[in-house]
Amino acid sequence: MLKIGVFVCWCGTNIAATVDVEAVAEALSHEPGVVFSTNYQYMCSQAGQDMIVEAIHKYDLGGVVICSCSPRMHEATFRKTVQRAGLNPYMLEIANIREQCSWIHKDKAEGTEKAIILGKAAIAKVHLNAPLHAGTSPVTKRALVIGGGIAGIQTALDIADAGFPVDIVEKKPTIGGKMTQIDKTFPTLDCAACILTPKMVEAAQNENIRIFSYSEVEAVKGFVGSFHVTIRRKARYVKEDVCTGCGLCTEKCPQKKIPNEFNLGLDNRRAIYIPFAQAVPKVATIDAEHCMMLKSGKCGVCAKVCTAGAIDYKQKDQLIEEEYGAIVVATGFNPIKLDHYDEFAYSQSPDVVTSLEFERLMNAAGPTGGTLLRPSDGTHPHTLVFVQCVGSRETRDCGKPYCSKICCMYTAKHAMLCREKYPDTEVYVFYIDVRTPGKNFDEFYRRAVEEYGVHYIKGMVGKVVPENGKLKVQASDLLTNEQLHIDADMVVLAAAIEPDESARPLATMLTASMDTNDFFTEAHPKLRPVESPTAGIFLSGTCQGPKDIPETVAQAGAAASKVIGLLVKDQLTCNPCVAEADELMCNGCSSCEKVCPYGAITYVDKEFRGPNRTTLLRRIAQVNPAVCQGCGACTVACPSGAMDLKGFSTSQIMAEVDAICK
Amino acid sequence: MVFSYFPGCTLKTKAKELDRYTRASAEALGITLEELPEWQCCGAVYPQPKDEIATKLSSIRSLASARDLGHDLVTVCSACHHVIKRVNHDVQTDTDMAFKANNYLKLDTPYHGETRVLHYLELLRDVVGFDKLAEKVVNPLKGRKIGAYYGCLLLRPSREMQFDNPEKPTILEDFIRAIGAEPVIYANRNECCGGYVTLENRELAVRKASAVTASARANGAECLITACPLCMYNLRHNAEGDMPIHYFTELLAEALGVKEKEAAQV
Amino acid sequence: MIANQERQLAAEIRRISGVNPKLCMKCGKCTATCPAFDEMDYHPHQFVDMVDKGQIEKLMQSRGIWTCLSCFACLERCPRMVEPARLIEAVRVAVIRQQGQNHLKPQDIPGLLDDELPQQAITSAFRKYAK
Repeated sequence: MLKIGVFVCWCGTNIAATVDVEAVAEALSHEPGVVFSTNYQYMCSQAGQDMIVEAIHKYDLGGVVICSCSPRMHEATFRKTVQRAGLNPYMLEIANIREQCSWIHKDKAEGTEKAIILGKAAIAKVHLNAPLHAGTSPVTKRALVIGGGIAGIQTALDIADAGFPVDIVEKKPTIGGKMTQIDKTFPTLDCAACILTPKMVEAAQNENIRIFSYSEVEAVKGFVGSFHVTIRRKARYVKEDVCTGCGLCTEKCPQKKIPNEFNLGLDNRRAIYIPFAQAVPKVATIDAEHCMMLKSGKCGVCAKVCTAGAIDYKQKDQLIEEEYGAIVVATGFNPIKLDHYDEFAYSQSPDVVTSLEFERLMNAAGPTGGTLLRPSDGTHPHTLVFVQCVGSRETRDCGKPYCSKICCMYTAKHAMLCREKYPDTEVYVFYIDVRTPGKNFDEFYRRAVEEYGVHYIKGMVGKVVPENGKLKVQASDLLTNEQLHIDADMVVLAAAIEPDESARPLATMLTASMDTNDFFTEAHPKLRPVESPTAGIFLSGTCQGPKDIPETVAQAGAAASKVIGLLVKDQLTCNPCVAEADELMCNGCSSCEKVCPYGAITYVDKEFRGPNRTTLLRRIAQVNPAVCQGCGACTVACPSGAMDLKGFSTSQIMAEVDAICK
Repeated sequence: MVFSYFPGCTLKTKAKELDRYTRASAEALGITLEELPEWQCCGAVYPQPKDEIATKLSSIRSLASARDLGHDLVTVCSACHHVIKRVNHDVQTDTDMAFKANNYLKLDTPYHGETRVLHYLELLRDVVGFDKLAEKVVNPLKGRKIGAYYGCLLLRPSREMQFDNPEKPTILEDFIRAIGAEPVIYANRNECCGGYVTLENRELAVRKASAVTASARANGAECLITACPLCMYNLRHNAEGDMPIHYFTELLAEALGVKEKEAAQV
Repeated sequence: MIANQERQLAAEIRRISGVNPKLCMKCGKCTATCPAFDEMDYHPHQFVDMVDKGQIEKLMQSRGIWTCLSCFACLERCPRMVEPARLIEAVRVAVIRQQGQNHLKPQDIPGLLDDELPQQAITSAFRKYAK
């Protein structure tokens, strides 16, 4: 019989406060095969690990059971420990008596009883463990970055800088993302375009970087080290390598009334357009929805004026396939739609704008050439009301329960710039809390109040009524306990931000997990903040949670360094806990092949010896251990019980269940 | 199509025309509204306390009797609609309240919220369809600029009423378009007219009603339509100025060409 | 320190209203949106706060419980689903459920009537102001 050692961890008071660790160690010492059982304050510490190594040697242990925290926390640590003592690392089992026991029980007697049962189950399982040996798989030394905003650009630049090729896939006609629409950046007030566009150009010129603009990820197969990705390059009806970006077509196109996305619909563009002057790549794109030539075959003006001959009305979407070792998600954010906030009259008056629209109204490349004018009548506004937390910190369905984090600072910026450029304005900011925890952030906000005379009022706006060219704002001032009535010329709403709508389908494609708000979840909220729990998937920027530009750039760099750490490896150690088909039991039904999410199962015809010296040709399943991720779906689907998962075999799981029910 | 119909007390007295035009227009649209036998006043105010049971029983009786007849229950007065729909919601979601109410009522079959409550506007939108309604219009109200006055009770609380977007409703505007007129959007269309305090604090009611008509006028409305007799009273009698106020069913009857016939009967 | 009796009263208000005042984040949107603000001595956000602190006696004597329009704007627009209108009604009900505390008396009605006044104005006033 296998000689087993049991090690019960206190985890300080995390376990010991609700589980009598002494009693657990004592009870488990009587289980079959257990020759040594002890408890210790911190099993994961150096002293704790040494204790395990020592016991393995002293008692000639063949299997080890550690009753401690979740295997997600320290299984890798303890596998290394037993390996150090010469044991196969898979002769270790962990009974999770922290997350699944001490943290959820209050009663010590109950907690202790459950911990003993969990320990017994692990002991029953380890008896059936067999040494496993991990294979290796190769690493494709190329990374994919999905999303070409500041997060994606910075990640790509950093990976390229380390010498690895990177592809950026951006769904819009140009890279640059939201930052291209921002006028100035807080707290330094430098021009966003001035610091962003050099990076865009750098990305375009870097020989390690390929930019697939106007493209989307269509399908992802494979696993860490070798992802197989299909990218759809949408037809832009302009030959990217021929177009010189002269812009003549965008001046001559007769379709003039198409809302310009770049300026958030505050002005119009043509059906053939270049989003903005510094676009990368600087090539034109035809908007098929509005182009007369594509819709009815009547027009063709852009082709006539194009001296380079770049227009191609017959262009089709193109699918390209590529292999990558790592994938970085940098899909970014959008402000929420304000359909359910019409108490602020957003849809009733053009003078009620979102903060992002306000950026465009202040920007030299915006619809007003940088002069702040009311969208309704083009006059200069004198009284402006800023409303914070529109949809943020809200538990109603139409809102977001989280703080969008960036609004306090950009609103202070807007208010300050407004007062600086137009000293004749009165600027009110309605706030619930002013949240400015960042380097030089609170000083920045105080400057808006103290030097620029912005009126900060603790309270909320309840109703905005457009009347006779004014916006009647009804609000509360909680410090004076008054209801305020302000006749404003413009109202600016700090709309909450949410992940881009492409994030959820992408998460499904990548089997990467998300939270209830559609932000990608990190592998560990504190210790692995830029990795997805899915191996080989990394997170950059606001797809993981609201953040400002400096934080985004920092996270982008961190994600890049994790990618580089992966790509420098030639081989990855595979998980040996993979599925295996029993050839004699397999009936070739294909059930397992259909459920396998990784495409790891194929069928072969194999010869078997039949009765009376005959030969039978039978169709059987074969698992590619390099592709299998050990999810176990096939073992459940198999009707004949031929499929089994190494390390989690049916007999092992039944032994655990028996031990629990005993 | 047959529906159970709950007119409510005011439609039998001060708001007879709201009732008449509802029935006439329904008939023109091929809808049968069968008045619920022995219906009782809903109480005109939804009792918010969780421990109010007795004040909700009359609504439950009406709901149960529509259920027994196998029909959806149609209301047209905003207040009745508000009360009955919310009481129905209570029965569906508050098991304690439903248990106690059924204990009081001792119905042959206990009521558990089976009936669907429809406002006449919802009937027009979801059952008839505004496009179909537009086809039946014989006398389109061309060129008339009409402001929809929703008030409070149709829309709020939206989690229970499920009537329309509470801040950006469209149902009355779509209705106005269907009868050939032009809707005027104004911000006070979903703000309170102060109707409930007309006895308690008339001065406040005057201010609130005047704010509604002023906002509508500033945006170019020639008249307002409402579904609520209390709003109607308050906007007509308490609001400053002389903004004409109509029940939406009156304009519907006019557009369908059945108003004259009805008026002749008065 | 609030007296034991008042603490019980606060628990009663929370029970009959079904509102948890702890959900409030003190943004003041209810008060900003209240159409009866000028007629209320305690405003909706104060109502929530005072129920939370157990100051029910003051609320029971306040004018605001009679002037609340029951328009549900505070309840609809509250970002935290606190429902101040339910609290206000709970306090009003706590007053009129006491013997002899009806706010509206039948003998007052004839003086308030006019020809056009719809029945529902009277019915609703009785519902709101009397037991």
